[in-house]
Amino acid sequence: MTDHIDQDRPGRGDGAAGDAHRAKPTSSAFEIILPALGERPAFEVGEAVSVRDRSPIGHYRVPIYLRGHVGTVVRIIEPVLVDNEAEGYGRNAGSRLHYYRVAFPLTELWSRYEGAPGDELHVEIFETWLERAQ
Amino acid sequence: MTSVHTDHHDHDHDHAAIEQVDRPGYYEVMETAIRELLIAKGLISAGDIRHQIEVLDSRSPALGAAVVARAWTDPDFKRRLLADGRKGCEELGISFYDDTQLIVLENTSEVHNLIVCTLCSCYPRPVLGLPPDWYKLKPYRARAVSEPRKVLAEFGTHLPDDVEIRVSDSTAAVRYLVLPLRPEGTDDWSPDELAAIVTRDAMIGVIPVTIGGEAA
Repeated sequence: MTDHIDQDRPGRGDGAAGDAHRAKPTSSAFEIILPALGERPAFEVGEAVSVRDRSPIGHYRVPIYLRGHVGTVVRIIEPVLVDNEAEGYGRNAGSRLHYYRVAFPLTELWSRYEGAPGDELHVEIFETWLERAQ
Repeated sequence: MTSVHTDHHDHDHDHAAIEQVDRPGYYEVMETAIRELLIAKGLISAGDIRHQIEVLDSRSPALGAAVVARAWTDPDFKRRLLADGRKGCEELGISFYDDTQLIVLENTSEVHNLIVCTLCSCYPRPVLGLPPDWYKLKPYRARAVSEPRKVLAEFGTHLPDDVEIRVSDSTAAVRYLVLPLRPEGTDDWSPDELAAIVTRDAMIGVIPVTIGGEAA
C-alpha cells in the first residue's frame, strides 16, 4: 500500500475542510498532516449542543442547572486544556481537549425568567460534557 | 468570650482584644492538618505558603483598572486583549500564577456583561486580587444567573430591556474580566486618570464606570 495517508478515518473534529484537502493530490507536506484524535475541536462556532445530563459522584465543573439544556457554541477556547475534573482525581494524562464557550438564552434555562428576552448565560464547558443537539 | 484589653500597647483607645476564642471549625482543622502534613512530608515549606500569600496580596483591582485604561486609550492593545485576555495582561507584566485563561468581555451599548461563579468563587485573581465577600456568597451566586436584572438593580444599576444582560458563569479553566464602557466626557483624560475611576465592581459588571462616583 502506498496511499495509506489518503485513507480517510473519520475522527472527532474531522470536518469538511479536512476531507476536502485530502481529496486532491498535493505536493505540500503540510497539507497532508493528519491531526490526532481530539486535537481539533469536535464542535464548531454556531453549532447547537446539549449539555449531557449525567450525575457522577463528586465535584464536577458543569453546574446542575445547565445539564440537559441546549445552547449554542459561541467560541472555541484555545489552546486545548487538561480536563480539570479528571485532574482533580489525579487522572490527567492525555486528557487535553477543547473547552467551548456556550450561550444559553436565560428564558430557556428558567421558564419563569423575568428579564428581557435577549438576556443570555455564557459558560465554558469541556468537550466531554457536550453532544450535538438533535 | 472577649474582654477589653488592659495591657497598654502603641495606641490609646480601648477595643476588644483580637484573639481567637472559639474552637476552630471543621474546615480550619482540615486546612491545618493538610498544611502540617504537606510540610512534614517536605512537599512544600512554610516559606512557600507565606510566599504564595504575598503573591495573592500583590494583586489588586488597580491592575485590572490599568488594563482597562490601556484598552480605552490604545485600540491595538484593546484588539489583542479581546482576542486573548491572558496574553494582553501578560504584555503589561501581569503573570497568571494559577494557570487560568482570561476572556475579556467588552460592554457595549447593546450588551452588558456580568460575572459570577455559581460553583464556588472562581475570579480573575491574577488581575483583580481576592474577590469581595458577597461574590462568594450563595445569594449572589444563585441569583446572578436566574434574576440578574434584580441583582443589578440592587447595586443601583438599571438597564433598559434592549440592552442584553450577558451573564458569564466561570466554572473551570477560564476567568472573565469586564471591559466597562468608557464614560462620556473623558476623551482628554490620561490613562492614569482613567484608571483611577475604574472600580472592582465595574470589572465584575455589577455597576458601570462613572465620573465622580455618581449613580448610574
